Amino acid sequence: MTMIFFSAAAVTLIATALAITRANPVHGLLNFVVSLLSMAVIFFTLGAPFAAALEVMVYAGAVVVLFLFVVMMLSLDRAAASREREWMARPVWVLPFLFVAVLGALLARIMLFSPGDDAAPAVITPQAVGARLFTTEIAAVELASMLLLAGLIGAFHMGRK
Amino acid sequence: MITWQMPAALAIGLFLLGLLGLLARRSLIFVLMSIEIMLNAAGLLFVAAGMRWGTPDGQIMFIFVLNLAGAELALGLIFLLRLRTRLTTLDGDAANLLRDG
Repeated sequence: MTMIFFSAAAVTLIATALAITRANPVHGLLNFVVSLLSMAVIFFTLGAPFAAALEVMVYAGAVVVLFLFVVMMLSLDRAAASREREWMARPVWVLPFLFVAVLGALLARIMLFSPGDDAAPAVITPQAVGARLFTTEIAAVELASMLLLAGLIGAFHMGRK
Repeated sequence: MITWQMPAALAIGLFLLGLLGLLARRSLIFVLMSIEIMLNAAGLLFVAAGMRWGTPDGQIMFIFVLNLAGAELALGLIFLLRLRTRLTTLDGDAANLLRDG
């Protein structure tokens, strides 16, 4: 299980790094799909099969397909790709990389090196998730549905000609 | 055995990659993708915390993060399409006027 986790983590990190550095949006999206699928494998190794299934269905399915539709509607051409490459010149990455490195060092220091005991991972079944979600967390479910409705109405309003 | 530090370290790495993309890229479609990567990393951290404490709460929060990502993405992509028809570019720096006129 640990080997599966580490190989999937390596695939996730490499695919994500490739996804944010491509000039062509479709290539970036395909790398993003690979990273999402290996993330689903990671959820499975963490004992969260329901989260793994949702990751494949919602992220790798719905979200990426939505992205692809929009990329198709944007009708990007070769000139757009070469302009992208101009925007991605090397000096652009230096300062953000420094910021991110400092933030990463701080986050790793705070989160990973704090004392804490380790419990063995146990599989949390979809039944447990569903039972909790629709009993004690029902108010949050209603709020999430309101949020989705607001997003739907907003997208409909902005999408009108 | 997988301890909770391993997925937490992966979540930090993914979040930082997403932040790097958000800061360095100008194309709005990659900016939206970077935001999705960062939300995904936050979801991974929730699932890892749920594993650590052995409760379903982590996965429940992951479902809500998924909801948030979907609602945010729908509006973000619509704004992207509107910007493309109006400015004929995907450059985030070009959108610096709240209204024309």
